[in-house]
Amino acid sequence: MDQQPLPQHPQHLLLKPAQAVGIIGYGAYVPRYRLPASEVARIWTGGEGGTPIKEKSVPGVDEDVITMSIEASRNALKRAGIPAAALRAVWVGSESHPYAVKPTSTIVAEAIGVSPNTQAADWEFACKAGTEAVVAAMGLVGSKMAEYALAIGMDTAQGRPGDALEYTAGAGGAAFVIGPAEQSLAIIQAAYSYVTDTPDFWRRAYQKYPEHGQRFTGEPAYFEHITQSARTLMEANGTTPADYKYAVFHQPNTKFPQRVAGMLGFTKEQIAPGLLVPVIGNTYAGAALIGLTAILDIAEPGDRLLVSSFGSGAGSDTFDLLVTEAILERRDRATKTQEYITRRTVIDYATYARMRGKLVMK
Amino acid sequence: MEIPRHWRLKKQRYALVGEVCPHCEAKIFPPRDVCPECSREAKTEFQFSGRGEVYSYTTVYDPPAGYEEQAPYTVALVKLEEGPVITAQLTDLDGQPVQIGMPVEMVTRKLRNDGDERGLIVYGYKFRPRLERQVAN
Repeated sequence: MDQQPLPQHPQHLLLKPAQAVGIIGYGAYVPRYRLPASEVARIWTGGEGGTPIKEKSVPGVDEDVITMSIEASRNALKRAGIPAAALRAVWVGSESHPYAVKPTSTIVAEAIGVSPNTQAADWEFACKAGTEAVVAAMGLVGSKMAEYALAIGMDTAQGRPGDALEYTAGAGGAAFVIGPAEQSLAIIQAAYSYVTDTPDFWRRAYQKYPEHGQRFTGEPAYFEHITQSARTLMEANGTTPADYKYAVFHQPNTKFPQRVAGMLGFTKEQIAPGLLVPVIGNTYAGAALIGLTAILDIAEPGDRLLVSSFGSGAGSDTFDLLVTEAILERRDRATKTQEYITRRTVIDYATYARMRGKLVMK
Repeated sequence: MEIPRHWRLKKQRYALVGEVCPHCEAKIFPPRDVCPECSREAKTEFQFSGRGEVYSYTTVYDPPAGYEEQAPYTVALVKLEEGPVITAQLTDLDGQPVQIGMPVEMVTRKLRNDGDERGLIVYGYKFRPRLERQVAN
């Protein structure tokens, strides 16, 4: 699809709040279990054919989006150094909320000590629900309705046994405390969202596993939306890929983010630290955001970062961030993303089937 | 269904919120409003650090109703840094041997479903081996 013509003043498309905002604290979480892609291939293809990643993270039997969001949020609060009760919103983006009706966010808010003076809601936009929550938090803080807001992207993704998605559907995500720019470890300089009705992937009510449009998930969906959103933001901002130290793109497999980075003009070195999908899988609403946490763990003050999410259905949010001096003192206050990734226990397909509730017990 | 009980206990279960005695400074868990040390009134909330060590433990192979999908699992008496000893399930053990004195930290996890999969999901504290960090907390 061709690039859509931009309005005369593309900078008007940028999302910039009246009061500058940024990330005050961030926290990641990855469960400890790993299912090698070769195990999925062993069961369903006789071990033949290539695999899209090395291994994916699998939640333990006592973990879900609520427990994982609680741990990531506690890490974010440690780095932010603010009392939990100072948060005025807890927003959780996911496509694996444990309840169909009953908010994930109220349980997270209660567990981390935010309740009761807060907004709380669950967001749903496939894999970009987490970054949509970040944009909403920018609005709440940027309008001075609140000093701090918590935005989370977290998933325990579903893949039908034997389907291409079973190789990659992982578990993990990240939480971000959004607050005033002057307190930030990374200032969010601008955001831009590009959204259309594109049916590349969906899950109907009461269905356990999603459906997808095979190759349709690529060109008209993932590549179109990310390139449009990243290019528009850069054009409106007057930046080029060379202005950014690191970039992270939504990562459903290893190839897609590498290819979209090349299409946009980013190098392998720029995306390497945030490219986690080969070792934890696709963490859906958490994927771009946990990549950002891995970058923040190593970034230096003055580094400029570009983050582009993608959510099926479809849309992409792109952010332009500037890392500040505060990163140096805050990042060591909580467990780093690579520490969670290094903590790993390999499981076989039978253990995976048990942990993910794929065995019929009654 | 025990909804009122789950609701009443949520603060202590989700986050290890107990009490501190304003008279003798004893840290109290679970909260009981009367200090077990000096028997005077103690209603001041206290947030425990979540750090402790294994005081004793056992492994459950024949679980009570509601815990079947987690068996076998290990239950421990955990001595918290602040003093109290509490009973909790250990998690993320991954086959590693448990030892008395092993440092552990609190995490909030799913405890069980209240009834079947239509019931409330009950969340609460468990303990895992303390994560190895490049930088100490």
